Amino acid sequence: MNGNGEGPREPYCEYCRWFAGEDPARLRKKTQEAETFFRRTGITFNVYGQEEAAERLIPFDIVPHIISDREWARLARGIEQRVRAINAFLHDIYHRQEILLAGRIPVDLISNNEAWLPQMVGVSPPGGIYTHIVGVDIVRTGENEFFVLEDNARTPSGVSYMLENRETMLHMFPGLFSRIKVREVSDYPKKLRRSLAACAPAGAADPPVVAVLTPGIHNSAYFEHSFLADQMGVELVEGHDLSVVEGRIAMRTTQGFTPIDVLYRRIDDDYLDPLCFNPDSMLGVPGIMDAYRAGNITIANAPGAGISDDKAIYSYMPEIVEFYTGEKAILSNVPTWRCSDADALAYVLEHLGELVVKEVHGSGGYGMLVGPAASKKEIAAFAAKLKARPANYIAQPTLALSTVPILTRSGLAPRHVDLRPFVLASPSRIDITPGGLTRVALKAGSLVVNSSQGGGTKDTWVLEE
Amino acid sequence: MLGKTARGLFWMFRYLERSENTARLVDAGFRIALTRSAAASDEWSSIVTTAGVREAYLEKHSQFAAAPVIDFLLRDRSNSSSVMSVVDAARANARMVRTALTREVWEATNECWITLKDLLARQVAETDLPDVLAVIRRQSALVRGALHGTMLRNDIYDFARIGTFVERADNTARILDVKYYVLLPSVSHVGSSLDNVQWETILRSVSAQRAYRWISGGTASPMGIAELLILDRRMPRSLAFCTAQLRENLAFLADDYGAALPCHDLAEGIYRDLIDRSIESIFDSRLHDFLGEFIRRNNELGARIEHDYRFYG
Amino acid sequence: MRLRITHRTEYAYDGPLAYALQELRLRPKSSHGQNVISWSTTVDGGSKELEFHDQHNNHVELISFNPGGRAISVLSAGEVETSDTAGLFGRHGGYAPLWYFNRITDRTRPGPHTRKIVKALGQEFADDISRLHALSAAIARQVSYLPGVTDATTLAEEALEAGKGVCQDHAHIFIAAARLMGFPARYVSGYLMMDDRPEQEASHAWAEAHIDALGWVGFDISNGISPDERYVRVATGLDYGEAAPVSGITRGTNAESMIVTLQVQQ
Repeated sequence: MNGNGEGPREPYCEYCRWFAGEDPARLRKKTQEAETFFRRTGITFNVYGQEEAAERLIPFDIVPHIISDREWARLARGIEQRVRAINAFLHDIYHRQEILLAGRIPVDLISNNEAWLPQMVGVSPPGGIYTHIVGVDIVRTGENEFFVLEDNARTPSGVSYMLENRETMLHMFPGLFSRIKVREVSDYPKKLRRSLAACAPAGAADPPVVAVLTPGIHNSAYFEHSFLADQMGVELVEGHDLSVVEGRIAMRTTQGFTPIDVLYRRIDDDYLDPLCFNPDSMLGVPGIMDAYRAGNITIANAPGAGISDDKAIYSYMPEIVEFYTGEKAILSNVPTWRCSDADALAYVLEHLGELVVKEVHGSGGYGMLVGPAASKKEIAAFAAKLKARPANYIAQPTLALSTVPILTRSGLAPRHVDLRPFVLASPSRIDITPGGLTRVALKAGSLVVNSSQGGGTKDTWVLEE
Repeated sequence: MLGKTARGLFWMFRYLERSENTARLVDAGFRIALTRSAAASDEWSSIVTTAGVREAYLEKHSQFAAAPVIDFLLRDRSNSSSVMSVVDAARANARMVRTALTREVWEATNECWITLKDLLARQVAETDLPDVLAVIRRQSALVRGALHGTMLRNDIYDFARIGTFVERADNTARILDVKYYVLLPSVSHVGSSLDNVQWETILRSVSAQRAYRWISGGTASPMGIAELLILDRRMPRSLAFCTAQLRENLAFLADDYGAALPCHDLAEGIYRDLIDRSIESIFDSRLHDFLGEFIRRNNELGARIEHDYRFYG
Repeated sequence: MRLRITHRTEYAYDGPLAYALQELRLRPKSSHGQNVISWSTTVDGGSKELEFHDQHNNHVELISFNPGGRAISVLSAGEVETSDTAGLFGRHGGYAPLWYFNRITDRTRPGPHTRKIVKALGQEFADDISRLHALSAAIARQVSYLPGVTDATTLAEEALEAGKGVCQDHAHIFIAAARLMGFPARYVSGYLMMDDRPEQEASHAWAEAHIDALGWVGFDISNGISPDERYVRVATGLDYGEAAPVSGITRGTNAESMIVTLQVQQ
C-alpha cells in the first residue's frame, strides 16, 4: 500500500497474492498465537512509573514491512555515510574541534550541551570507534524518499524485537518464507560480538572478553540485555559484579576475577561511573572511566557519544555529513526549526497546529506535541511551555508519510510506520542489518509509534534480488 | 560463571523448593484441621513456626486459624516466605540468570509465575485449596523437570541443585524439630490417636506417607518415621539424602574448578556425621539438640558456599 | 631553582574498608617554566591500578586500598627544576577548548558578592593584566587568609561573603570573577616553597586567567604575586574538583582522619 489508495507497492505484490489465499480468521488466530508466544518467553518491557508487575507486551502485527532490494541498497548507502560522519564528528568534537573552528556549527550548541562530556576530551577510543551500535530512525514519504527522524548513537534498543519478530514469523508462516526470499537478520548477535571484539583495546585477551552491562532486571529493556548476552554467548553483568583489578575492569566469577576487554553497556553516561559522573549512581562501576582513559577497556558506545544524536545537533546533520565526508547527505533530514532562534520560535508558535514539537533532550515520545492531533487546549498549554523554555524545543513539519498495511478486524488497513535499522561499526567495516525494527502506529492516522505510547512492531523484510 | 549468576541459581532453586514445601505444609495442616478441629489452632501455630514466619505472622494476626494462616502462607507478599513472594523471587532470580538457563527452564519458571500469580490473585476458598496446592507443587516440579531434561551437567546445574538441597534439608529438619516431641518415646502418648495423626502430618508434609507404608509394612513407630526422614538415603527429602546430594554436587564443582574449598570440608563433615549414626544414637543424644545442630550446620554450609564462590561482592 | 618535594598523605579509618579508590593528581609534568627531574609515587596499604591523562592533561594515578585495611599512605616525592617566567604560562594548548574555561561550576558560581567586587574594580585600566592584578588585590583585601573556616566544599560566593578563607577560596573567587569579566580562567594546584621554612601546611592553590595577548597568566591571590620559580604546577581544572590532589570513594566505613606532611625545599 502506499497510503494514497493506489493499491500495494511493488515489493508487496507476492505477499498480497499469498494473503489473498489465506483464511482471514486463521490469520487473526495467528496474531493471538504470537502474543501467547511472546508472553511465555517473557518478551516484555517495563513501563516506567507503573507497578513493577506491569511488564507489558508490545503489540505485534503479522503483516511484514517489505522493502525492495533496490530501495534498501540506497538506504544502506545513506545510513553508512551518516554513521561514518557521526563517528568523525565525535572524534573531532573531543579533539581539535575543527568543525567549530570552521564555523559550520555554532559553539553554543556544544558548549552549553550536557551531552558533551569534558572527561572525553583528548580520549581516543580503541580502534577509533565511538558509535559501535547506531540505530537510525527512518521514515519514507514516497518512492526513494527517505527522511532520517533521529540518530540513536547512545544505546539504541529494539534489536531483540527485530530478531524475535522474525523468529515468530518463521515459526508461524514457514511456507511464506519458501515462497518469498527474505534477507536473513538472525546473524545479528554473531556480528555484534565480532564487531565489538574488533574494537578491543591493545593487550586484550584472544579472543577478547566481551560482556553486556545492564542496570538490572527492573530496567525497561532488561529482556533485550539478557537476550543479547545470551545470543552472543557472553556474560550479562551489573555494576556490582565489576571492580578495578590490576588496572582493568574485571568481573567477579565463582573462581575469581576475569578482566573484561569490551563492555557493551546499556546504562547511560551519567550512571556509568560514580567516581567520574553522578556520584550517587549505584548502577555504575567506580573507576571504569579511568580504566577507559588508560586504554584498558573498550566501552561501547563511547561515553559522550550522545552529543551526536542530540535533537539540536540533528538539525545540523546535513552540514556535518558534508563537512566530514565531502559529499552531500544521501538521506534527507526533516526540516527543523530550532526554537532557541527567535524567528523560528515565532514561526513555530504561529503554526503549532501543523507541527510536531519535541524536547531537545527528550526520548520515547514523551513531552512532545503532535499539532494536527492536538486539541486547542493542548496547543495552548504547550505554547506556554514553549515560551517558557524555547531552547528546550525543536519543531518539525508533519511529513506526508507513506503507510504500510496492518491486519485489523476488518482486514488490511494502512498505518504509519518508522524503521530503525541497526548499524554496527568497527575499525574495518560498517555492517547494517538488512531491515531493522519497524514500529507501527496502531491507531488510524496516528504518527506516534513509540511502544511506551501504544505503538506496535512488525517484522521487516528486505527482499533478496 | 559470574558470582552473581551462581547466587541467582542457588536462590532461584531455594525459592522454588520453598514454594513446594510451603504448599505441603499447608496441605498437612489443612488435613489435620479437617479431621481434628479441636487441635486445629495448635496445628496451624506449629505450621507457622515450621515455616519460620511466626514473628511476622503475629505482627499481623493474633490467632492461629485456617483462613489467615493459609492466606499468610500462600498469598501475603508482606510474608517474604509466602508462596507468592518466593515465586516472585524465584522468577526475579531466573530473569537475572536467564543467560544461564535453557529456554525450557526459563519458560517453565515464567509459566509457574504467571500461573500462580493468577491462581493466587484472590483469597483461596477452602474448597479450592487442595487443587491450588497441587498446582503449586506441580509448577515447581515442572521447573525441576525442565532442569533435569535440558540442562548441561555443569557448574550451572550444580549451583541449582545445591540451592535445592540446602533448602530442602532445612525444611525437613524444621518439620522434625517443631514436632520432635511427638516422636519421643513417651509413655503417655504411645499408641494414642493424637500421635498417629501427628505422625501422619509429619509424613504428609514431606510427601512420605506411601514411602513409609512400603518400608514399614504398615506399622507406624516414631523411631521408624525419624529414621526414614533423617537417615534413609532412599528417601529424597531425608536429611541423609539431601546432604549426600550436597556433597556430590559440591564435589562436581571442586572437580570442575580444580579446587576444594572450605565448604567442601563442611559438607563432608555433615555427611559423615549422618551416615555413621544409628537412629538410636540420635535419640540417645536428644533429638531436639541433634536437629538444632543440623539446622545450624546446614545454614553455615549455605553461607560458606556463598562466600567460597563469591556470590556477593 | 631546584626544588625537592616530599608530600605524604596518610589516611586512617576507624573500621576496615570494604573498597576504596582514589584518584591522585600529585605528579607534576615538565612544562613551561618547570622541568621534572625525578618523581615517584609510593603507596603503602594499597596499590596503584593505572594512570592516564585527563582533559586538562593532568597526570592521574588511580589507587585502590587493600580490602579490610584501616590505613593507607601515599608518598609523592621528586625534584623539579624551575625558572621564573613572571607568571606567564604561554599560549593555550591541549584539546580542552578555551571556551570550556568560561564554564561556571558550582564552586565558582558568581553571586551578588562576586558581581559587586567586579563592579567595584571599575574600567580604569591600561590593559587586561593590570585589571586582573587589581582583582587579585581586591580579593586578598576582602577575604583575609584564615585556615579552618572554610573547607573543600566551600563556594566562592560563600567565602567572599564570610570574608575569610584560604588559598583555595581565593582562587575560586578569582576564577568566578575573571569568568564574569569574560576571561577564561582555571584553578591550579601545586607546591610553593615558603622562604622561611621547609615544612608546609598543605599544598598550595592559585589561579590562571587567559588573556588573548599573553596566553595563560598565573595569579597567587593569597600571596599577592604572580607565580615565580618557587612554584611548581601540579594539576589544573575548572575548579578544585577537577584538580584535587586526592579524590575518590570509600565504602565500608565513614570516619577518616587525614594527615598531610609536606616539605618543599631547595
